[in-house]
Order: sequence, then structure tokens, then C-alpha cells
Amino acid sequence: MTPAQAEIAVKEALRQVTPGADTGSVAADADLRDTFELDSLDFLRFVEILSERSGERIDEDDYPQLVTVASAVKFLTGRARR
Amino acid sequence: MPVLGADMDEGTVLEWLVKPGDEVRKGDVIAVIDTEKSAIEVESFAAGTIKQLAVSVGETVPVGTVLAIIAEPAGERAEPAPAATAAERMPRELARPEPSTPAVPAPRPVSPVIRHRARELGIDLATIGGTGPAGSVTGEDLEHAAARLRPAAAPLPTAASPRPARSPQKPGPGAGRRRVTPLARRLAAELGVDLAAVAGTGPAGAIREADVRLAEPAGKRAAPAAAAAPAARSAAERNQSMRQAIARLMARSKREIPHYYVSNTADMTRVMSWLYDRNRELEVSQRLVPAALLLKAAALAARQVPQLNGYWEDDAFRPAEAVHLGVAVSLRGGGLLTPAIHDAAGLQLGELMSRMRDLVTRARSGRLRSSELTDGTITVTNLGDRGVESVYGVIYPPQVALVGFGRIIERPVVVGGLVGARPVVATTLAADHRATDGYTGSRYLSVLGDLLQRPEEL
Repeated sequence: MTPAQAEIAVKEALRQVTPGADTGSVAADADLRDTFELDSLDFLRFVEILSERSGERIDEDDYPQLVTVASAVKFLTGRARR
Repeated sequence: MPVLGADMDEGTVLEWLVKPGDEVRKGDVIAVIDTEKSAIEVESFAAGTIKQLAVSVGETVPVGTVLAIIAEPAGERAEPAPAATAAERMPRELARPEPSTPAVPAPRPVSPVIRHRARELGIDLATIGGTGPAGSVTGEDLEHAAARLRPAAAPLPTAASPRPARSPQKPGPGAGRRRVTPLARRLAAELGVDLAAVAGTGPAGAIREADVRLAEPAGKRAAPAAAAAPAARSAAERNQSMRQAIARLMARSKREIPHYYVSNTADMTRVMSWLYDRNRELEVSQRLVPAALLLKAAALAARQVPQLNGYWEDDAFRPAEAVHLGVAVSLRGGGLLTPAIHDAAGLQLGELMSRMRDLVTRARSGRLRSSELTDGTITVTNLGDRGVESVYGVIYPPQVALVGFGRIIERPVVVGGLVGARPVVATTLAADHRATDGYTGSRYLSVLGDLLQRPEEL
């Protein structure tokens, strides 16, 4: 997954979890849970969609790396290189 | 029109999902009703055959109005139907039975003349109110009922005089006056047929499904017929009406219910480590969130302290038979719904988790069912995801208790004389002092805390 692909995947997952949300203007380092008011169920769904799209298993230990768009992109692209 | 929330006064029929002649079972969704809070799928509370739909799509009627008449299944009758009198065949009214008014009214005297005239007019006597002695139906009552069933006196619009398209947000006063079967209405919306341009061949010129199909080619040239069906409120209207509904209900709760509050802190170490181990083996879709365990523990505790699970009605507490756990769901854009998870104490954790996900999803983007909004016996609010440490809620009447969970947070805790960091959660209870005393409330939180120390048993 390239960084561009990963960013698209992250933003699409956010749009699916919070329909109507404006993901275009979100800062790369903004906290996703705060910005999109994600509760624990929303976040679980977000992880579920990312896992499906990337084909990678995402464990609970990985959740801290999915805090912002930038960190999520880094996590997903790092996974692909392994 | 059933009561779909403690403070609902009226509702609008958005859609009928059945038509006369359809067999329904108890629990089948038969209509979609728009309330101040949301569009709700209304379930039948009786089994039988739909005899009549008494309220048209787009009509707003007060709570308690008969929406439809359901005849009992023929198989349950020992005698053949013709031998039964009108009173014996009294269908069940599709309104939520009030404690003071039986769902099946007492038999009324009916004269043979009236019965004959009713048959002529095609009116089921059980469906109309009587103004005669002992509530009996008079000839005048019958004629009034017949007039109500007839189409509006205004000349029916024809293809030559199409009526301007109605705004979907605001069905005009004439909306729904012309008799159109629900199936026809739905089909017209699907096919883009303008109902104003359809000639009806049903009783009293009612438009039937076949009429819509015949009119399809012409309809395609007509204005888009999405206007034929009333739409749910706009987001802004919904927001405002929901705010008003919440305002009335919460003001009533604080006015009528003498709340008392107790709080406790529950150690979540075992829950969190049990969850961690369990989730590590599972796919994302199978994983549990801590809220699922909190809800299960709250439901089990309500089963063990039944004095908090039920309703305060007619100056007395009525315990509920099962724990239907109301869950406060905040909506994006503001507002709140509290649908219930049925028999939450009896569900496996995985099942409870998927029910919770389903309820939250439907509360926010889809539709809830009437039973989900009316059956709650105790409610839980979990504001931990929003970062608060504790929440003291307002009881949802006529329930008598509301359980609150705050954020699961690491705190210094003394264990065996040593200070260590442990995850804890603040548990709170707002309870109705008419139904219970603080002792019962504190017992509930104590039981809840104990349950959270044995996550494997939840």
C-alpha cells in the first residue's frame, strides 16, 4: 500500500463510519476519535474496514498507531513493506 | 397510534407495509410512523388478518387512535365467523393498551337494523365509537363513519387536470384524502407515477395497484411522483422536534421523580485483561468492547436487584419480568435515543455485543422498531467514550433507575497496602426514591462491582 492509497483507505473508512463527515480538511495530525467523535463502536468499525481493505490483521495492540491520519498511514504502509 | 416514547402525543403514518387481507404475526412490522424523535417501524402486537387500515399515509393522528383493524386468526374460532355477532367478532384495536382501558372493548348492544346498514356501507361496527345508550352505535354514528371513509368532496383530479406536485416535506391538507391503497402508493413512488393522473377503479374510486400499473406509461411523462409519499422531517426539523421532545420528557422526569444518587468505583483490571486475551484471538468483527461487559453486568445486577427493574405506574412500582436494557445512544448532530436490548441479562456476550452494534447503527442511520423504544425496563448511559469520569443521569419515566458509566481510566489504587495503577470505572445510579431507598441503590452498585470482578461469568 502506498502512502496515497493508505490515506484514501483511511479517509474512506472514516466516511463509512461517520456518513456525511468532511474528511477532506482533516489535519494529518488531528486526533481522529476527537475530530469525528468516534465512540468505541465507531472505532471498532473503523479498524474493521481498514483491516478488510488492507488485508492485514490489526490487533488491539496496534490501536495506538491509528490515532491520526498520519499515524494510520504510517502504520498501513509500514505493514505493506514487511 | 401506539405510544412510541414516554411523552409522545401524536404520530404521522409515513408508510403502510401491509394491506387489507394480509396475514400478520405478532411482531411483524406493519407501518412506519414518524414521531418527533425519529421514524419508527411499528410492530403488530396481535396475530390475524388486516381488515382495515384506518389512517392514511401522511395523516397525523393522536396517540390512541385506531391505526388498523386486525381480525383474529380464523383457526382460533370454534364457531364459523358468520354465526358470531359483531360484538363477538370485535377485532383488537391496534393501539397500545392503556392500563385503564382494555384492548378489547366490552360488547355493546347492536340492533339488527344497524348491523344490516353497517354491512351495506361496508363498515365494521367494532371500528366506530357509539354515542347511543351504553355506547351503542346509532344510525347517525354509522353515517358519520361512512362519510369519513368516502373520498373528499372535491372533484377527483384527472389526467386532464393534474394537481401540482406537493412538497415532500409538507404534505398539504389534501394529502392522503384521496383513497389510494398503500401498495399502490408505494408502487407509484417506485415507478414515478403521478397519483393525481391515475383513475381509480376500487371502491369509491380508490386507486389500486392495478390502476397504477395501467397508468405507468402516462405517469412517466408526469411530474416525479416522489411527491406522492410524505417524507420524514428534514434534519433541522428533526433536530428541533427531538430537542422539544427531550425537553418535555426530562422536565417531566425531574418534576415528578424524586431522584436520589449513589456512586461507586469498580476495579476493571480483570475485565480489561480478560478482554485483551479474548480479543487477541479474534477477528475485528468478533471483538468485544468494554461497554458490552458493562452493559451485561448492569443487566445481571438489575436481575439480582429487581426493585430497580420496572415501572412506577399508578402510585406503585411494577417489577418487569425480564431485563430489557435501554441504552442511551447519542446521535450525530445532536439528540438522543434510548432503544432497548431485549432480555439483555439472558444474552451471551457476543450476542449482546452484536445487538448493541445493530441498535446503535440503526438509531443513528436507520430505523428502530416500536418495541425497542417502548420496552426498556432500566436504562444505561455510558459517556466514557466522551471522556467524562462519571455521569449522573435523569431517569427515563416510567422507569425507576438509570445506570451511568464513566471513562475507564488508570488510577492509583491501594491493594494489599501498596499503591499501584489500575484501570477503574465510576459507576453511578440515579434512582426513583418513590420506588426504592438509597440502601437498594447502593446494593445494586455493589452487586455490579462484584460482577465486574468475574468477567468470565458475564
